[in-house]
Amino acid sequence: MNFEEHAAKTCILAAAGIATPQGRLCRTPAEAAAAVAAIGAAVVKAQVPAGKRGKAGGIRRADTAEEAETAAGAILGMAIAGHAVERVLVEARAAIAREFYAAVLPDVAGRCPMVLFSTEGGMEIEEVAAARPEAIRRRRVDIESGFAIADARAMLYGLGLGPDVDAAVAAVLVKLYDAYRRFDAELLEINPLALLADGRIVALDCKFVLDDAALYRQGEIAAAGAGERLTELEAKGAASGLKFIQLEGDVGVLANGAGLTMTTMDVIRHCGGRPANFLEIGGEAYTKSEAALGLVLANPGVKSLVVNFCGAFARTDVMAEGVVKAWEALKPKIPVFFSIHGTGEDQAVALVRERLGIEPYERMEDAVRAAVEAAR
Amino acid sequence: MIVRKTDRVLVLGITGRQGAFWTEKMLACGTRVVGGVNPKKAGETQSGVPVFASPAAAQAAVGFDVAVMFIPPAAAREAAVAAIEAGAKLLVVLTEHIPQQDVMRIHAAAARGGTRIVGPNTAGLVTPGECFVGIMPAFNERVFRPGRVGVVSRSGSLGTLVCLELTRAGLGQSAFIGIGGDPMLGTTTRDAVAALDRDPGTDAVVIVGEIGGAMEEEAAEYAALMKKPVAAFIAGAAAPPGRKMGHAGAIVMGDRGSYASKRRALESAGVAVVDTPAEIPTALRRRLP
Repeated sequence: MNFEEHAAKTCILAAAGIATPQGRLCRTPAEAAAAVAAIGAAVVKAQVPAGKRGKAGGIRRADTAEEAETAAGAILGMAIAGHAVERVLVEARAAIAREFYAAVLPDVAGRCPMVLFSTEGGMEIEEVAAARPEAIRRRRVDIESGFAIADARAMLYGLGLGPDVDAAVAAVLVKLYDAYRRFDAELLEINPLALLADGRIVALDCKFVLDDAALYRQGEIAAAGAGERLTELEAKGAASGLKFIQLEGDVGVLANGAGLTMTTMDVIRHCGGRPANFLEIGGEAYTKSEAALGLVLANPGVKSLVVNFCGAFARTDVMAEGVVKAWEALKPKIPVFFSIHGTGEDQAVALVRERLGIEPYERMEDAVRAAVEAAR
Repeated sequence: MIVRKTDRVLVLGITGRQGAFWTEKMLACGTRVVGGVNPKKAGETQSGVPVFASPAAAQAAVGFDVAVMFIPPAAAREAAVAAIEAGAKLLVVLTEHIPQQDVMRIHAAAARGGTRIVGPNTAGLVTPGECFVGIMPAFNERVFRPGRVGVVSRSGSLGTLVCLELTRAGLGQSAFIGIGGDPMLGTTTRDAVAALDRDPGTDAVVIVGEIGGAMEEEAAEYAALMKKPVAAFIAGAAAPPGRKMGHAGAIVMGDRGSYASKRRALESAGVAVVDTPAEIPTALRRRLP
């Protein structure tokens, strides 16, 4: 789950004790004007859970209340990476001496957290990594022993920050790591981390991604997250515990397991068709095939349907029972093509044959080809 | 990570609905299940095997080599660490949706204890004709038959389909290694391919990959040096970028983890990459002596 900048700053950085500029969250140009009148020269920033806001024109300076009103007026209502901007963060501006980069993220190869630091903050870290990889310091962390001041200082060694800045940055890195652990972050990034002219270290931006699998134990902050942008049907799926992604095609897909579902989509495309959705009923969700079929059929673009089951953990007899029930209740007007193998296949095939009068295909490729042709 | 019928298997969460169901299946397939764990039911039996209070108690009483987890995500870390500290040589983590930092702690414990982790979010391991550990339809003879092709798969459902194709073609399997759909796995595609390369019972290898991460690219580096033929199918060519496709590991960000990147890496390593699972047996036959 992504967090917008203001939520990441107030929920995570404030709790971690990392300083941020004085700021106000505003919903109207008038509120933005009032904020600048109160806090002085500021920057007005679009609040959306997406990067590259600056390039999209979502970040502007405002020295006066009038300028803030104009800036907020321009930014509110913009669409950035598909997100409508409904709020802006108006933040006090201060003279900046240097801009750094700091982050904690998972290192897949090391199977552990990794702390990153660079003196080249303020730009996309991917660009720095591509152009000058040596400008990024990386340190793997033993998750059981943690990340202490000594580890942070070892990371900063030789960068020539000077004793005061060195100590202040090291303290921020330790706080950042502790917050990463405490809040089950998948990513916690400050870019830029500014050294102000007066010597203070302040986080000018913050990106926080909460591990969805840890939502159950992060209830307090989860409410501040932005969530995924979902279509009405996708939200309906999520509410019943189903991962449903609506696509532009016309061949509906119902399969079990992420790998098989993706493969069914791939084969649809390989046969010249277009998949209408991704929908996983793997894992414990295999008992929800009835609700799942309802979702697939409610997608207005669907002209034919492939039901592709290859049961391991998921019992095909249980899934087929759900499909048959839903089919009998909804009486859809579109053709459906089955391929059923694995755990419980004999009962599943018999059920589809008897109740729907449909003969499942021996190969999934044939079922897909038939569905693609029917959708034409 | 190729399971053998001599391996002594401990089932964590043996008395739950799924634990009990799959324990019966494993026993019926020849798996040497020596016990299970449930602290509340220690001293009882389940499917004819003793239930212990902890992995340590099981190790002391009967001894085990492999532990397999039927444990919900919130309790997974504690159960895994207990099994590692009790001396599991191999720990098969079936659980999906374990918080990432808990997964890191499991890996850290495994590194200290010298335990190999398979998973998280794997469907398990099958050695047809011998035994299986996990939630695969190893008992279905239309899917699994003894043969000489080793299969490595991130997905259980797609892995099942690929094994079905191999059996239909009369090839069968020497071993199925489900590595799991999570992004941070204990056993990577490359690790599993290397194990099958060393296995004298395996003549050819099939990689069943999917978009996301860099495991197929890493495995390609190893495959380039192999004498045994390798074929691959990568799921997710039609997946929209930037969205998690069910598996937490299956997400494309920019070019990283993309279908094109994986296909390119595997093909330049001499691997036969096919467009649909049904083409795998043909691609292998062409390369087998």
